[in-house]
Amino acid sequence: MKIKYFAWVRERIGKGEEILDPPPTVRTVGELVAWLSSRGETYAHAFETPKVIRAAIDQVHVRPETAIAGAREVAFFPPMTGG
Amino acid sequence: MTAIVSIRIQEADFDTAREIAQLSKGRTDIGAVVSFSGICRGSEHGDVISALTLEHYPGMAEAEITRHANEAMARWPLNGLTIVHRVGRITPGENIVLVVTASSHRQAAFQAAEFLMDYLKTSAPFWKREEREGGDNWVEAQAHDDAAARRWTRS
Repeated sequence: MKIKYFAWVRERIGKGEEILDPPPTVRTVGELVAWLSSRGETYAHAFETPKVIRAAIDQVHVRPETAIAGAREVAFFPPMTGG
Repeated sequence: MTAIVSIRIQEADFDTAREIAQLSKGRTDIGAVVSFSGICRGSEHGDVISALTLEHYPGMAEAEITRHANEAMARWPLNGLTIVHRVGRITPGENIVLVVTASSHRQAAFQAAEFLMDYLKTSAPFWKREEREGGDNWVEAQAHDDAAARRWTRS
């Protein structure tokens, strides 16, 4: 699946998007965050406070308990500050 | 007449007066137009801000704004709606965002504009980065913005 990062999540990870294939044991958005955190220091830094991280699946806001099955694009970003 | 909805995300500046005129041009059913302009401030808590850079999630930003525009159209009797949100580098005094709502009467136009701004702040995927003298930093979300958006939640 395509994973996208925005704002300081993108800066900390050092890339805006990548294609990753998480193992089948990773079933929810929250589990995906935990799996990504284990991929290295930059990821661990980006996701060090999971409760502030917001997520979207296929461009719709989702919660940590949302299943990722069938997702084409998952995005992670900080709370929004537009307007 | 049907309502005219225009939603744009762009780097270029916009002309507020022209956007307002465009919404009510040639119509006699509109009795009230409300506009909100968000403008880049040159200081924050005494620190000089030399510029803001607005990042967005292309595709989702348009989708989120459209979703809330549709909700506003369903909740209030609007004749027209224009939302313009800029992205990229914006310097103090420049426009960031514009919401214009048109209706037969003022109450719907005021309320819909406030509803849309509250949701733009908290659920449209845009992020502001400030350029300060001491270095750049990402603007933090404000709890009072979340509280403002929650006012519109219907149980």
